[in-house]
Amino acid sequence: MACEAWRDKLDAFVDGELSPNAQQEFDAHLRGCASCAKDIASRMQLKTAVKRAAALRYAPSVEFRRKIEKEALPRKRNPRAVLIWAPAFAAAAVLLLVVVWMARRPAVTPEMAMLGEVVDMHVTALASANPVDVVSTDQHTVKPWFEGKLPFAVNLPDLTNSPFTLLGGRVAYLDQTPGAGLLFQYRKHQLSVFIFQERAEWAKMSAKETPQRHASFWVETWSASGLRYFVVGDTSDANVEQLANLMKGAAGAE
Amino acid sequence: MQEGESFAELALPLFDSLYNFACWLAQDRVEAEDLVQETYAKALGGFRSFEPGTNFRAWIFRILRNTFLNSRTGLAATRTVALEEDEGNEAAFARVTEETPESILLKQMNQGAVRDAIEKLPIPFREVLLLADMEEMAYREIAETLGIPAGTVMSRLARARKLLRENLREKVVRT
Repeated sequence: MACEAWRDKLDAFVDGELSPNAQQEFDAHLRGCASCAKDIASRMQLKTAVKRAAALRYAPSVEFRRKIEKEALPRKRNPRAVLIWAPAFAAAAVLLLVVVWMARRPAVTPEMAMLGEVVDMHVTALASANPVDVVSTDQHTVKPWFEGKLPFAVNLPDLTNSPFTLLGGRVAYLDQTPGAGLLFQYRKHQLSVFIFQERAEWAKMSAKETPQRHASFWVETWSASGLRYFVVGDTSDANVEQLANLMKGAAGAE
Repeated sequence: MQEGESFAELALPLFDSLYNFACWLAQDRVEAEDLVQETYAKALGGFRSFEPGTNFRAWIFRILRNTFLNSRTGLAATRTVALEEDEGNEAAFARVTEETPESILLKQMNQGAVRDAIEKLPIPFREVLLLADMEEMAYREIAETLGIPAGTVMSRLARARKLLRENLREKVVRT
């Protein structure tokens, strides 16, 4: 076969694109044609040279490889894989809801917690058959009763000309620390006054010098001379404040 | 190709080849990274349209190549190239000149010279040459990648090799 017949098949032969039959025929021709053989050898060398020069000429950086892998891999999961994770996602969603709900709830401040304790003490005293251990309307009887029981003196106000009556006193405990629990009568209502030694954590409490509403009770608290006072009552904020002022007066008088 | 093969399983093994090809086209590593990243994003987004069982390599190389052609560099590189596909195979399939066998040229030249000669090729010839010789794609695969008939692949590849030989000869003459 003449070389002309193979002229336009040189590249196809080099690229392995000839049909098996044509390939065989060309092979046979090459054995007898030095010109074509040289041409083919030259083209093959060029093809190899291009591959050597071009292949892996540019290698991607490690960072870029990671970047692409990260973008291509996460979405690799098929829908079934997503189903497997569904319970975990549901649990995570519930957990998230709980966390959000907890975060949205008004935070229980140490101050509120303590006022709650004080209100509890007052309610417990009222519910008790013996709300006081020393029953006396006389401040001069109640005050000495605390001596030796508490690490501080309890100063009681002169209730003459006041709407309040002293009912008595007892030792109250807040966090295992003893303090004075006093009970006063105002008409048909009873109010409690608690006195404890001041604590460092209480000192940080906002110094509101007016009664605060807490669980339908009014509570006023203040600190004076190293003592912490609480006045609790269910009558009105005015009454609580009035009793608080009497207590403040008594403490200052001494 | 197994049906149900994931995108990552098909696409990640081609990462090095795609990046290398992108560098050869763009001649700039930063641009090549952008091209590859865009290619992966497009391929991932359009993976549903890929028919399992067909040639994934040709499919994703085509995305890369088209992304490049639509880039500023690609548009600038191809604007001035006259392809003259119908120029006739006379010139394209010209025999290798006996007097200057590539064997001697290639032995004399280092890889750098070959690289320079490839880089000098206009994009349409560079890409067809690299797909055939570097990626060792079949004509059918190249046709699929470039979106041209197989016959055009053959003629364009022949012209690319002729130009490459000329580039190499020029280099030898100059040195």
